[in-house]
Amino acid sequence: MTGWVGSLFARELRIAVRVGGSGMIGVLFFLAVVSVIPFGVGPDLNLLARIGPAFLWIGALLATLLGLDRLFQADRDDGALDLLLMAGRPLELVVLVKCLAHWMATGLPLVVAAPVLAIFLNLSPTAIGAVTLTLLVGTPALTLIGAIGASLTVTLRRGGLLMAVLVIPLTIPILIFGVSAADAAVTDPVPFLTPFLILCALTLISAVVGPIASAMALRFSSD
Amino acid sequence: MAIWDYANPTRFLRLVEIILPWLIAACAAAFAVGLYKSFFMAPEDYQQGDTVRIMFIHVPAAWLAMMCYSIMAISSLGTLVWKHPLADVSAKAAAPIGAALTFTCLVTGALWGKPMWGTYWVWDARLTSVLVLFIMYLGLMALWRTMEDPIKAGKAAAILTLVGALNLPIIKFSVDWWNTLHQPASVIRLDGPTIHPDMLVPLLVMALAFTLLFFVLHLMAMRNEVLRRRVRAMRMRAASVAAPATARATAQPAE
Repeated sequence: MTGWVGSLFARELRIAVRVGGSGMIGVLFFLAVVSVIPFGVGPDLNLLARIGPAFLWIGALLATLLGLDRLFQADRDDGALDLLLMAGRPLELVVLVKCLAHWMATGLPLVVAAPVLAIFLNLSPTAIGAVTLTLLVGTPALTLIGAIGASLTVTLRRGGLLMAVLVIPLTIPILIFGVSAADAAVTDPVPFLTPFLILCALTLISAVVGPIASAMALRFSSD
Repeated sequence: MAIWDYANPTRFLRLVEIILPWLIAACAAAFAVGLYKSFFMAPEDYQQGDTVRIMFIHVPAAWLAMMCYSIMAISSLGTLVWKHPLADVSAKAAAPIGAALTFTCLVTGALWGKPMWGTYWVWDARLTSVLVLFIMYLGLMALWRTMEDPIKAGKAAAILTLVGALNLPIIKFSVDWWNTLHQPASVIRLDGPTIHPDMLVPLLVMALAFTLLFFVLHLMAMRNEVLRRRVRAMRMRAASVAAPATARATAQPAE
């Protein structure tokens, strides 16, 4: 049971970090997005500190969305997706493992890069810790929900743009609670734990809904 | 089961032919009464003046926009669980109507908001939820359009609709947490409606009229979709008959 899960995970991870994988490119994109923000809103450090957590979250969301087309597209192109579908393993679990490996390769680097980028945005140490923690908890949910969009658009030749349109409305709750938890850590009266726990709950929900819906979409797309 | 009798599109079309004229007549009558009542009988609001009449369009549109999504969600269940042949037709036909209703709701809300709140748009919880609903309708329509095979597109859209139906309450809740300014619900409450009967009656008549309008448009759009699929099937059959002949004809000059 664990054998094939482990080997699938290792395979996904190996493909994702090799040349052509988008893990590092996602971080570069994240850096690029964060570094154009001061050009857009001005170099005022106080303002940047106030809106910094929000922009880190939006940057992470966009970087995740851009990387999502790699999740199933490459496997479909070389036929590996059909083999996975015919392997007789529970497809929901396959999708979950693929999402996990994809997150390790693309989401985790974003989380690691966030504290460095936070310095550019003049965040206080508490805020840096809070943003990193919320991103660590929240980005898996972005990948899992994004998997639904990725599997729905896998048959389309240029589905990336449509996928973003389909996925973004579904990620609004994660964005709201991620940013409000990060903000709550800095501004005193609001408790940090409430939005943070709701964010954790959202991630757990999407760990259930994402693989189920995504597996269903993949089954329908294959015939 | 009664709903299975209408799995046959021909039988469904025949039913539509019978129902539709009556439904259109009822819809026109309800609109006549509703509009007359809301423009001439309903009193002006002591604070809002005549602008309160926008509510007679705005509120039913908002209700129907939500009902439309529920119908799409039920239809999607019909597609995925029971594979009812008309379920995805129903879901596809409902999406543009839902988008139009949310758009009406947003525009009338903005027109009302300018004199009342002093701005066309605020990032208030309810407005934002409706905007998200609008984007989801448009996304679903885009998904329908990008896939050529209607059966495949129907299944994909059904999955997305159901995920959206699961997610909409969460979005609603989180947006409420995020920011709220809109007045709370004043018609559907446990302790009875808080608005005066003089305004409530026109509102309910207008809601009825909008519901009838929705069903008229929905049935018409479903009929069109069934016919469109027939045209598509006939074209493909014609193409498959004609293709070998034309292929030979075009191949010859190249030799």
